Amino acid sequence: MRALNIKPNMSWRVALAFLPFLALLLAYVFASDARLAENPNDKLLPSFAAMGEAVEQYALNPDARTGDYLMLSDTLASLTRLLSALVISTVIALIFGIIIGILPVANATLGPVVAVASMVPPLALLPILFIIMGLGEASKIMLIVIGTTLKLVRDLTLRVQEIPREQIIKAQTLGASTWQIAMRVVLPQMLPRLIDAVRLEIGPAWLFLIAAEAIAADSGLGYRIFLVRRYLSMDVIIPYVIWITLLAFFMDLALRLLQRRAFPWFAAARSA
Amino acid sequence: MTSIIVDKVWKEYGDHVVLERINIDIAPRSFVALVGPSGCGKTTFLRMLLGDESPTRGQILIDGVPLKPEPDSDRGVVFQRYSVFPHLTVLDNVMLGRELQTSRFFGRLFGERRTAAKADAMALLAEVGLTGHEHKYPASLSGGMQQRLALAQALMCKPKVLLLDEPFGALDPGIRAEIHVLIRRIWNASNLTVVMVTHDLSEAFRLATRVIAFERPRKRPEELERYGATLSGDLKIETDVKPAPVQGAQITRDIEIWPRRVAGAPVPETEKPAS
Repeated sequence: MRALNIKPNMSWRVALAFLPFLALLLAYVFASDARLAENPNDKLLPSFAAMGEAVEQYALNPDARTGDYLMLSDTLASLTRLLSALVISTVIALIFGIIIGILPVANATLGPVVAVASMVPPLALLPILFIIMGLGEASKIMLIVIGTTLKLVRDLTLRVQEIPREQIIKAQTLGASTWQIAMRVVLPQMLPRLIDAVRLEIGPAWLFLIAAEAIAADSGLGYRIFLVRRYLSMDVIIPYVIWITLLAFFMDLALRLLQRRAFPWFAAARSA
Repeated sequence: MTSIIVDKVWKEYGDHVVLERINIDIAPRSFVALVGPSGCGKTTFLRMLLGDESPTRGQILIDGVPLKPEPDSDRGVVFQRYSVFPHLTVLDNVMLGRELQTSRFFGRLFGERRTAAKADAMALLAEVGLTGHEHKYPASLSGGMQQRLALAQALMCKPKVLLLDEPFGALDPGIRAEIHVLIRRIWNASNLTVVMVTHDLSEAFRLATRVIAFERPRKRPEELERYGATLSGDLKIETDVKPAPVQGAQITRDIEIWPRRVAGAPVPETEKPAS
């Protein structure tokens, strides 16, 4: 049988999916053991026991100085920034994407400026944001908004323009105005596609968040990682990175489930 | 009862002449089939009737009034594909027209008006044979059922003219025969003037009261290269067409299948039986 015709069944699929994770885990354990055998004080590849202790200290015991559970307060601080930024950029993208997508005049006016502006490297704007908005929450949220909104707008504009011309004409023959077409034909078809677009922007959003927190913050997951870097605390950094990855993964999963639940027509319509 | 007058209409894209000097007088309540080879401009012509494209020269009159330059609810349309909205259920698709026309801001109906619209929509769905599928999404319907839905959706707005752009082209023969019966019944029962683009000649002759053929009397060099020359020589149906100075499509044949009277044209006053 040709290799491309071999299809794993469900249990094989699960087993195969776990395989690379297991390999990574084993590779780490062996490397860590080897280094620790050489030098028990090695900080580069801490043992799982050491990481467990660090997690216990950060997640389950209150901080001696502030009385906070550090991992919890870091997570809340980061998620607040990330989610509020994503909500802002999603709403902006939805409005502007649809307007630019359906109105040729808006496309002629705003299309080029959005295309140019989306090429500005957002991190290069961070100093400007810090100067204008100060070092507080606003500048961090703004960085994520700038970094994700323009791409979302462009993506959504393209998706709007992908709606078959026939549908738009049909809506007009049913007596729809521009506003009605936007609200009843375009918007409902854009929501599931917006979810796809936002899923792809979760990665960049975390990037901007961590960058902003690394430079100026007093809480947050990115702040913590860069703080303990000074002490080579890999036993804290590695669990934090895993935790961030899990958070991003579950955000993605939640959006995917939301898409499937809220828009039952979408999967079939997309493949049609 | 809607007549369409196409008065010396030309359509050009830059130097490329698509249609030239089209004159058609479509009687109220006729069923016109537009036939012709691919790329002869019959779909362009339909899009002009729809208001999606505008003539370069000449004008189109509907009931004596110049056509609006954009699609409106006087003209219903069914395309070959993408005629229904994938995010709405079958029932919502049919109700959409009523909702859009009566609720200008929200485009949605509630309460009593919704109940009334729903009853009308259900009746239409029964007419096109989609009862029992109300709550499905279009993607789960077969091609034939989707076209039935598109018909019901268009009819909900009670258009004066129904435009069909190769509506049954993608259906297999059995389904197509069924839907022919349906469209015939709808046309018989209503006051619709129907204009249909098709490349299926038997379909054209079976359904229409009048068949109009579009063809380019002259072939452009690139077309000569692209298509077999012998066949086009054999077709020689441009005998009755004068040599054209510009190379667009013209009407080469215009066949009245039914006498206009039978097709539902108004009876002249003098011939009306005394009541």
